[in-house]
Amino acid sequence: MPFQSTTGDYQTKTTLETFGFLPPLSQQEIYDQIAYIIAQGWTPAIEHVHPSGAMRDYWTMWKLPFFGETELGNVAAELEACHRSYPDHHVRLIGYDNYTQSQGSCFVVFEGRA
Amino acid sequence: MSVKTYDAGVKEYRDMYWTPDYVPLDTDLLACFKCTGQPGVPREEVAAAVAAESSTGTWSTVWSELLTDLEYYKGRAYRIEDVPGDNESFYAFVAYPIDLFEEGSVVNVLTSLVGNVFGFKALRHLRLEDIRFPIAYIKTCMGPPNGIQVERDKLNKYGRPLLGATIKPKLGLSAKNYGRAVYECLRGGLDLTKDDENVNSQPFMRWQNRFEFVAEAIQLAQQETGERKGHYLNVTAATPEDMYERAEFAKEVGCPIIMHDFLTGGFTANTGLAKWCRKNGMLLHIHRAMHAVIDRHPKHGIHFRVLAKCLRLSGGDHLHTGTVVGKLEGDRASTLGFVDQLRESFVPEDRSRGVFFDQDWGSLPGVFAVASGGIHVWHMPALVTIFGDDSVLQFGGGTQGHPWGNAAGACANRVAVEACVKARNEGRELEKESSAIMTEAARHSPELAIAMETWKEIKFEFDTVDKLDVK
Repeated sequence: MPFQSTTGDYQTKTTLETFGFLPPLSQQEIYDQIAYIIAQGWTPAIEHVHPSGAMRDYWTMWKLPFFGETELGNVAAELEACHRSYPDHHVRLIGYDNYTQSQGSCFVVFEGRA
Repeated sequence: MSVKTYDAGVKEYRDMYWTPDYVPLDTDLLACFKCTGQPGVPREEVAAAVAAESSTGTWSTVWSELLTDLEYYKGRAYRIEDVPGDNESFYAFVAYPIDLFEEGSVVNVLTSLVGNVFGFKALRHLRLEDIRFPIAYIKTCMGPPNGIQVERDKLNKYGRPLLGATIKPKLGLSAKNYGRAVYECLRGGLDLTKDDENVNSQPFMRWQNRFEFVAEAIQLAQQETGERKGHYLNVTAATPEDMYERAEFAKEVGCPIIMHDFLTGGFTANTGLAKWCRKNGMLLHIHRAMHAVIDRHPKHGIHFRVLAKCLRLSGGDHLHTGTVVGKLEGDRASTLGFVDQLRESFVPEDRSRGVFFDQDWGSLPGVFAVASGGIHVWHMPALVTIFGDDSVLQFGGGTQGHPWGNAAGACANRVAVEACVKARNEGRELEKESSAIMTEAARHSPELAIAMETWKEIKFEFDTVDKLDVK
């Protein structure tokens, strides 16, 4: 059998940037990433959008960024609350780094349904 | 005011240019040279000669010197140090007054500092190890057209290194086949692909055709993956006019980023292109062909940290820095030393990294460090540790050499980098646990598993030629 026939039908995947190529994160793995954001001194923030708008620069903010928040559980609860309110939407967690004026971290926690 | 008289003839350089009591000013441009003199020439005379020949001096006194105040304009050798572990060479530190240099022109700085002096007969070898640019001079340079933070926002890439690949084979593909290779890499999971530096506008693939096909590849990959993509279109050309024509067309077809070779193209072309990019909202990737000709010899030439600093002043959003672990030369501590110069706003003196001066970069944007050349998935844990998030990791052969093709190769690299970033954020030690982290990641990615199998034996372990001068 020629080798090429083993390579299969390689489909293009729709992905959502950072961590889009990993299996969905478990609860514990999400907690670890929240803890990392807090440990860096970054500000956690949550945004959501309908999957049809995923490529927009601006998703809708879920409340204001959680300035000064150091409790992992509070951030996790806000993620859950956002997901409950918008079950069809993508929900992403951001770590705002005010020193670099950038996002030190940003990944989708809940994938919506198109 | 002193009244001097004209005394024709040849004086020793050290009479005027060796000033061990001089305290450098904050506005002085400082340089550290590694000097290897001819036998019998005293160190002070060599250092003074370097200061003189790279500033106001010439071999003979001239009457017209008395029409100006050379005490104000001259460069001064103000310190000499031993080179650790080397008896024949020494470091000479020279201070240059800021008025010796045109504002915003690394071209002018280099023409003085690494000009005629490098061919000076009293020297056997001379190497420019480092330059401290005063903040007053930095503020006259535009620097990177966008910088790290702006590029992340434009491309929507956060919290991880960017992934790229140089399209292979580097020469000989038709424009349409080349665009195919780009499309396959981007749809598979890379963020960026790159023209090889040799690709300009050859008979097998003219630039207009390449730009059009690549633009289509980018658009399709973006639509299908839902992620932002780019390809560095190389606009390096025979003349500045050609370069700008290609840059304009790259913008017209909607490509977000172009590239330039700053050493073969030259600093004048580079600075001009950087200004064009700032004005036109285009990202600028900088390749460094010819650097090893200049920077590899440990006793002669210019250290790459100086070329990197000059590039940050001239302008570029990415610069190749070597990989430390791949197929090309690069000592780890030394590489980290100039990676800092590209990205940080202040870099303190640190001889263990070959950094001879404090360097304040003021508000100049940062430059992404690009690691490219002979790297593959097994290197990922080390690369993420060494280069951190603000880097572009480029796997050419390591993507397109995948047994299942470019898209699967791109996927393997993307899975590997995300697994490493995730593990690092969880507090795991990437280099110690690299095997476990990669094996875990491969469990849910057959693309990665095959890549790991393909490249498991490939290492590039040769001794570094240019080592740091430490005991």
